[in-house]
Amino acid sequence: MSAPRNALNWLQRHIVLVIGVLVLVYMFVPIVIVIAMSFNSPPSRNVYEFGTFTWNNWAHLCQPYGLCESLLRSLEIGVLATLGATVLGTLMAFALVRHRFTGHAATNILVFLPMATPEIVMGSSLLALFIALGLGGQLGFWTILIAHIMFCLSFVVVTVKARLIGMDSSLEEAAMDLYANEWQTFWRVTFPQVFPGILGAALLSFSLSFDDFIITSLNAGTTTTFPMFVWGSAKRVIPMQINVVATLMFLVALLIVLGGELRRRRKARD
Amino acid sequence: MESDSIPAGRGAANDLRLEAVTKRFGDFTAVDDLDLAVTRGSFFALLGPSGCGKTTTLRMIAGLEQPTSGRILINGVDVAGVKPYRRPVNTVFQSYALFPHLTIAENVAFGLRRRGVRDVRRQVDEMLELVELRNQAEKKPNQLSGGQQQRVALARALINKPEVLLLDEPLGALDLRLRRQMQLELKEIQSEVGLTFVHVTHDQEEAMTMADTIAVMNRGVIEQMGSPEELYENPRTTFVANFLGHSNLIDAEIVGNTGPHVELNVHGNRISVDRARASVQQGRVWLGVRPEKVCISDASESVAAETNVIDGGTVSDVSFVGVSTQYLVRMPWGQELSVFEQNTGEHRLFARQTAVRLYWKPSHAFVLGHDQDARAGQEELR
Amino acid sequence: MTAARTEASAPRGTARRRRIPVAYWLLLPGAFWLFLFFVIPFYSLLATSLYDPSGGAVSGYRMTWSFANYWHTLSDYVGPLGRSLAYGSIATAMCLLLGYPLAYAIAFKAGRWRNLMLVMVIAPFFTSFLIRTLAWKLILADQGFIVQTMQSLHLLDPGGRLLATPFAVVAGLTYNFIPFMVLPLYAALEKIDGRLLEAAQDLYASPLRAFLKVTLPLSLPGVVAGTLLTFIPAVGDYINAQLLGNTETRMLGNVIQSLFITVGDYPAAASLSMTLMLLIVALVYFYVHRSGTEELL
Repeated sequence: MSAPRNALNWLQRHIVLVIGVLVLVYMFVPIVIVIAMSFNSPPSRNVYEFGTFTWNNWAHLCQPYGLCESLLRSLEIGVLATLGATVLGTLMAFALVRHRFTGHAATNILVFLPMATPEIVMGSSLLALFIALGLGGQLGFWTILIAHIMFCLSFVVVTVKARLIGMDSSLEEAAMDLYANEWQTFWRVTFPQVFPGILGAALLSFSLSFDDFIITSLNAGTTTTFPMFVWGSAKRVIPMQINVVATLMFLVALLIVLGGELRRRRKARD
Repeated sequence: MESDSIPAGRGAANDLRLEAVTKRFGDFTAVDDLDLAVTRGSFFALLGPSGCGKTTTLRMIAGLEQPTSGRILINGVDVAGVKPYRRPVNTVFQSYALFPHLTIAENVAFGLRRRGVRDVRRQVDEMLELVELRNQAEKKPNQLSGGQQQRVALARALINKPEVLLLDEPLGALDLRLRRQMQLELKEIQSEVGLTFVHVTHDQEEAMTMADTIAVMNRGVIEQMGSPEELYENPRTTFVANFLGHSNLIDAEIVGNTGPHVELNVHGNRISVDRARASVQQGRVWLGVRPEKVCISDASESVAAETNVIDGGTVSDVSFVGVSTQYLVRMPWGQELSVFEQNTGEHRLFARQTAVRLYWKPSHAFVLGHDQDARAGQEELR
Repeated sequence: MTAARTEASAPRGTARRRRIPVAYWLLLPGAFWLFLFFVIPFYSLLATSLYDPSGGAVSGYRMTWSFANYWHTLSDYVGPLGRSLAYGSIATAMCLLLGYPLAYAIAFKAGRWRNLMLVMVIAPFFTSFLIRTLAWKLILADQGFIVQTMQSLHLLDPGGRLLATPFAVVAGLTYNFIPFMVLPLYAALEKIDGRLLEAAQDLYASPLRAFLKVTLPLSLPGVVAGTLLTFIPAVGDYINAQLLGNTETRMLGNVIQSLFITVGDYPAAASLSMTLMLLIVALVYFYVHRSGTEELL
């Protein structure tokens, strides 16, 4: 290769990486700001700006009225929605991967559609349903929960499906060959293999549910989840404590991901 | 094609019998009216190219597939419809199928635990000792080499002392040297343990090394069944003749049928074959003779009486492969015949274009019906 | 010779003629839930959109099959609809522009930093969507670093703002949906066999040419998936418009939300929702058809 070509190659090689890293930095700037804001005491009440450093927000997380209440609500709904979606979704994934039946293609489409529909449309149509059923005045915890299970289901199915498809089916044949009946084969061989997928799906479900705003706000009535609290406060005074919550969420998620990665590395090393 | 089957009625000597077993997948017939009997305690090989139905047959014995029709009898009991976990049969899978989340010891113990056997620990130790993996007991499968995994798969199946142990091309993933070593080890273990082994493979050398009885399968049917020597020395179909080792198949016509020999006209040459080795006794036939049975010499060299001689051949290719020298000799009628001459130290190499004489004993050839495809069973160019 | 009466079927989940196959038992709860709370609501949405608009939440609605609703709302809110499509398209294009190099870098240039970079791509998801959008309010604030710098570089008028402008809304949309673009792109790029590129270079292609002729076409399914996963939610979003924009930058989502919650005009809101959905379905269909990747769906 000639010298000019060498230089061009070098530049090209590094340009893509440089751009990529810049984009990553760009993606992280708001997060850094959020974390910084959690230690922030704004110069005056109505202003969302940097002021002075303080531990106050962390020390008095529940000071803003309704914040911790909404947090609790989001956690409750998150846990229940995760439970519901994971169970229903895992069953569906097994049916889709392990069994042949008529309506296979239709089911796949049914599962795919919620992931491709704009949230505003899904939220609106659910609201329309509830109104038509005369539940317009009873929107709240249960309608939110119903909505969350609905849109988390598809993600669970897709995640568990991917894991199941990658599984070696001869493992189950071997188990049956070694005197395990269908039930024992499932619990002793299939389930341990699928479990990481189910766990991943559950975590994904929880974060989708916890962070959802659009569908929730349309179907919540007077109940307030954490995202709704944030939205409401954005119209009035934004308490810095929301950044504490956001930072906490970030740290917890980071720990889970890093923990999983460390565990994987340790297993591979043994 | 008629298959040789061990006559029914041997009773307890037959651990495993398949009667008229057929397996269809939609329009495709994988196994066609198969009859098979395996003697207790023997090492039985199902040999054939990929797609011939041997693995399907094995899976039907294991219970992982159900036959479309026919009976499978294990110890005299028809096991059609019986689930795999109720059959006294265990399988060593091609991919080993070791449970990745369990240790080696737990893998080996799996079958025992499901059957509620006591004293598992001791039996597992003994079995691991047998396959020389005692020190790896607490490791996970992905920490072992391919050869070690294969032995774990074997131990896991053997420990249950099944009536029949099925092996589905278990050595396929190993390199050549390891494969040879494992072939001998498997044979040793089988003799030691005394169980009935049914081994599926596409490697004819492997089958001939290990098995007491071989059944050669092609397109869902058994071409021929017998001991390795029987199959090799006296093939009954062109497929077997070509699939096991190499064969020269020459167009011929039967002209005489009396006496201890069958007389043939081979492109003008008078050839005799022992009557017992002629599966067809009149009309147009294939004369078969294996390359290592053909002797090659000068046109002038004298030859013993009663030997079949064909003159007029010209050497068209010579390959020295260490163990032997392999010749291709073009005959007057255009066909190229293979001759393998063992390297006995008597150094005699025929150069290309040399005129040579080929000869062999009447007891070394065989005769097959002409209605068969002379190219059946030959290795295809990939 | 007795023939075996068993069917040729797998040991697990044998489908006998009288019993319902196991598959349906597994499928039914989830499928039922989706049917009840995803499919049927569309019917309700359609019905609601056809109600007599003069009704109200208290007095109830009469079904009058008034397709005119659609025409009325469309003509009233052409602006927000157009803006949604425009902002969504620009944001998607920006995501592609920024996301492709990032995905490419992770797939081909990252080496042992690959996993770390992937985690960093999804890390923004670890915090709340709303809160990180609020962070942009700070970044683009009038007294903030960006605005001040741009003013001093004369890229902005002295009194100019970034907040409450279409620029801010699009910037917010782009920011929020980059991961949706990067991940499918990465998945497609990662599958490309590096040896194909080596072969291209061996056959005298320059790196740029190799990219255009080999990598880009092979990554097309990822591009299609990424643009769909970005465009569809972006068009329906109203959070960025609300937090970072003003009344002039209202998107269709804002309108629908306010019609539902604030105004309570359900038929209008429902008809707008249906319109949005039908539009997206039509656009997606043509897009996928043109790019020839129907297998995606």
